[in-house]
Amino acid sequence: MEHITLLLAIVVVTALVFDFTNGFHDTANAMATTISTGALKPKTAVAMSAVLNLVGAFLSVEVAKTISGGLINEEGIRTEVIFAALVGAILWNLLTWLLGLPSSSSHALFGGLIGAAVMSAGWSAVNAPTIVTKVLIPAVAAPIVAGLAAMLATRLTYKIGAKTDEKHTAKGYRVGQIASAGLVSLAHGTNDAQKTMGIITLALVTQGVVAPGSNPPLWVIVSAGVAIALGTYLGGWRIIRTMGKGLTDLRPQQGFAAQTSAATVILASSHLGFSLSTTQSCSGAVMGAGLGRKGGVVRWSTATRMFVAWGLTLPAAGLVGAGAEFLTKQGTWGIVAVAVLLVAGSGVIWSLSRRKPVDQHNVTDDDLDGDTEPAGVVTTAIAAVTPPPAGSVAAVADEDLKTTIPAPVPTDPAAPPAPAAAV
Amino acid sequence: MKIDWAALGSVFGVSLVATVALVGLFTLGVIGLSKQEQAAAQGGSAALARTGAYACFALCLAAVAYGIYLIVA
Repeated sequence: MEHITLLLAIVVVTALVFDFTNGFHDTANAMATTISTGALKPKTAVAMSAVLNLVGAFLSVEVAKTISGGLINEEGIRTEVIFAALVGAILWNLLTWLLGLPSSSSHALFGGLIGAAVMSAGWSAVNAPTIVTKVLIPAVAAPIVAGLAAMLATRLTYKIGAKTDEKHTAKGYRVGQIASAGLVSLAHGTNDAQKTMGIITLALVTQGVVAPGSNPPLWVIVSAGVAIALGTYLGGWRIIRTMGKGLTDLRPQQGFAAQTSAATVILASSHLGFSLSTTQSCSGAVMGAGLGRKGGVVRWSTATRMFVAWGLTLPAAGLVGAGAEFLTKQGTWGIVAVAVLLVAGSGVIWSLSRRKPVDQHNVTDDDLDGDTEPAGVVTTAIAAVTPPPAGSVAAVADEDLKTTIPAPVPTDPAAPPAPAAAV
Repeated sequence: MKIDWAALGSVFGVSLVATVALVGLFTLGVIGLSKQEQAAAQGGSAALARTGAYACFALCLAAVAYGIYLIVA
């Protein structure tokens, strides 16, 4: 019995961690254009998005009936499989965040589930045609649909607004952009927090804690909503920078067109029965808006890296999920080992990210490569302020003091200035 | 394997039309307001431009409300 409750607790915590990574991974979808065009200050933007995500989590009580949307056979799925799938999804989310690449959190979860299910029950557990219809075709369609809509909208708004002064219209576009970004945030909270609630509820059902078919308990709804909101507030600045600055340079008109296109595509697709990934729609919309302005450029090298990440999401998360499931199959020690590996992997990725931190201060810097002049100054300034280097400097100063103080004071005239310099 | 081309097609069509229509409406509204501001600066008034702008914004607001309805429903 103890083993069961421990496993259940681990799965619930892991699901909430996934929800959290989902939050900061997808902040960019709603707020990248708003931040890069200056419509909202970075911190204000993520705060607004976080609140709307939280509200969105409570808006709908209809919980996702299947966590994989029919990708795998979920009958008799074991709790360990869910855990292994979550590990795969979290690690892929963190890795793409480290690289600053927007990729779909849902696809990462699907990949983890597929890998874990195959390792657990063989290839028959996977519904292959559904992978094509639910993952591959949407991955191609989403950026095309959203991109084309954003491109045409950008052209239109530049054409009819050609004679007006940008000074007078900037405020209007800003309001419009905030409204569309708000819609995207709200939809995100409803969809993605719901997914986590579905996972936790499924785990509770498999362990017999709640009856099959019941609604998620209130604590599940609250914790899922809070986890996604906290993640959003943290802000995935690396991804925001890629989406708002890396793919193309956005002006307010383009940001408005891109965000409106993304919001429309997300809402239309989820209600006309052909689900498209939020991340892929938003990235496509940003690129379309970039192409729509005369003289606008899309940085295809960044776009290509992003496309590659999209293609790798399913297999990579799947491999990690399969590996994790292989370990959890071995018994309790395997589950503990996977949990330790998850924490260690996350720690490594986080410490790698500190080498070139991206945060709300340098998220809109023009320079994309932290090494060269302008952003380098900011990065080094921030690096100097962060605890590790400052701490080591203080330690060195301490040692200086300790070594200089016991030195014979009156005999050496050069000694007195040394402590002063060290202080 | 059955691909629901009809659903994909309607997503494509609806997204395209709705985005372009909304962005167009909003741009007209923004332009209307800036015309009105310019007219006010010169001491005149542009009632038509202002009314038109408000009508455009009202339609956009209705679209946002419909979007929220879709999320909640």
